[in-house]
Amino acid sequence: MDLSFIAVQLLSGLTMATLLFLVASGLTLIFGVGNVFNFAHGSFYMLGAYFAYQTVSALHTNFWAAALMAALGAGIIGMLAEFLFLRRIYGRSEEGGFQILLTYSFILVIDDLVKMIWGTEYKSLLRPAGFQGSISAGDVTMPTYNLAIIAIGLVIVVLAWLILTRTRPGRVARAAALDREMLGAMGVNVPLTMTLVFGIATALGGFAGALAAPLRSVTPGAGIEVIIDSLIVVVIGGMGHFWGAWLGALLLGEVTSFAVAIVPEWASVVGYLVMVLCLIFKPEGLFAPRQVRKA
Amino acid sequence: MELGRGLKQTAFWLVLFAGFALVPVLSTSKYHMLLASHILLWGLFAVAFNMLWGVTGMLSFGQALYYGLGAYAVGLMVKHVGTGWFLPGVALGLIGAVILSIAVGLLIIRVSGVFFTVLTLAFGQLAWQITFRWYHFTGGDDGIQSIIPPGILGNGLVYYYFILVLVALSIWLLQRLSQSPMGVLLRCVRQNPSRVPFLGQSVRFSQLRVYVVSSFFSALAGSLMAGVDNSIHTDMLYWTTSGEVILMSVLGGIGQFFGPFIGAGVIIILQDVVGAKTQYWPLMIGIVMMVMVLLLPKGLVGEFQSLSARLKSLAAPR
Repeated sequence: MDLSFIAVQLLSGLTMATLLFLVASGLTLIFGVGNVFNFAHGSFYMLGAYFAYQTVSALHTNFWAAALMAALGAGIIGMLAEFLFLRRIYGRSEEGGFQILLTYSFILVIDDLVKMIWGTEYKSLLRPAGFQGSISAGDVTMPTYNLAIIAIGLVIVVLAWLILTRTRPGRVARAAALDREMLGAMGVNVPLTMTLVFGIATALGGFAGALAAPLRSVTPGAGIEVIIDSLIVVVIGGMGHFWGAWLGALLLGEVTSFAVAIVPEWASVVGYLVMVLCLIFKPEGLFAPRQVRKA
Repeated sequence: MELGRGLKQTAFWLVLFAGFALVPVLSTSKYHMLLASHILLWGLFAVAFNMLWGVTGMLSFGQALYYGLGAYAVGLMVKHVGTGWFLPGVALGLIGAVILSIAVGLLIIRVSGVFFTVLTLAFGQLAWQITFRWYHFTGGDDGIQSIIPPGILGNGLVYYYFILVLVALSIWLLQRLSQSPMGVLLRCVRQNPSRVPFLGQSVRFSQLRVYVVSSFFSALAGSLMAGVDNSIHTDMLYWTTSGEVILMSVLGGIGQFFGPFIGAGVIIILQDVVGAKTQYWPLMIGIVMMVMVLLLPKGLVGEFQSLSARLKSLAAPR
């Protein structure tokens, strides 16, 4: 194992980690702010990929515009799903289970609607102009598109952190996570906040789907793979913790990237092993602050 | 009153049992017997699942793990050891389910609520991945074919009555369990976990016990299914199988012991009538799930009961 091999794997792990983080951060945002577990989050990722494909092939726009359209589309559908369906079961007894079932039904419906509209065959999307080549430094060769994804991910991490900690909407979102009733008493429209947060989170998922589309082929059923990976990320990182999601994504991305190179057949199993180890030693999440465990 | 309830329950049992026992008599078609076997085994699977969710409040999205384990224990025995090893395969599956559910259970009952659900899903998918990838041992995506029960069980009719008796016995045991003091304790774990320690009982231990019981009967349903279909496939371990058993329970009603069994019957028959004609079966069950969760959360049996209770109170003189 030489140094350039390690560098290449590290970089490709970083690409994967960035995409994972974009999805998992939406999942963790919805859970942290609204205490809603969106089982269908991966489906919004898939929708994003299809929206980007559709925008490029029908409108012949450039890739970046299509990715923004994908984020917008996924966000709008996310807000509709929250407004029309999820909102109706807030506060019901044993809400958690019903949330999972309701969002599970979203997966089934969205998957089949996608099959109806786009068919079951693989769709592929070209890398955007200007990012089709690769850069070499010594023995290390890296596609420029992967580097672009990593850069975009970093920008989004920093932006999201600044918005959450430094702006009023960010503070409202964090307050909603702590005490929704009190926030309402302060004159904030809490239901609207929830819908918007849901929209932003699903838009992030859709954007990640669009970014990933040129790397992986676009298929129905992509949603479930992604949701399970992001579940592992949030379990490792601790649900509802922003930096936990980032570190969890980093860990899973790197471990998977090396596993793909070393034991390609079993790469998909290695991620679960990381999660199991993490559960044995720290079930509340590797990067979550220590807390009293619930019975 | 108590006597009336007992009589009603016995009558319900007799009607149900007689109904299934008469299927081969009333219909000569092998197909109806196959359908009835599917209802019986999915019904057992759903009732076992509901011991976790409806009774104890633990929503597992990974019971397919044990269902598939039971099926694969039988399939692998028949494939690698010999065709006569069907019944030892069933036993192996049951023992394996107990051991695995204790090991996995100890890990996952450390978290509760949504996290529990997520972890059951992850472990189920892990088992599916391993089975899918380990091609030369499990047959991977090809599954395992020509699993024929040995000796006299090879006769379809005998096998049908064999599973009828086993399913009836299992469901009767589960019903006894849910009405026993342990069943009451499990309901207490769902409704008010913080009070359970005041009774001198442990929440974790109760959860682990019911998890093992549920997994045992899920594995039994899976292993018997291998003999009904004569083949098994990795789909039996896939997360949609866990989803399907949840849908059956929600449809029938998670608050009633027999709700999930009724739900299984409705889904199997629907799948037979409608599923064959449409390629959009997941869309349909998605919509059914949405309607049940949003409008009829008590399930068909539960909503029917509360409706008839309301009619009775309207009819009664005030």
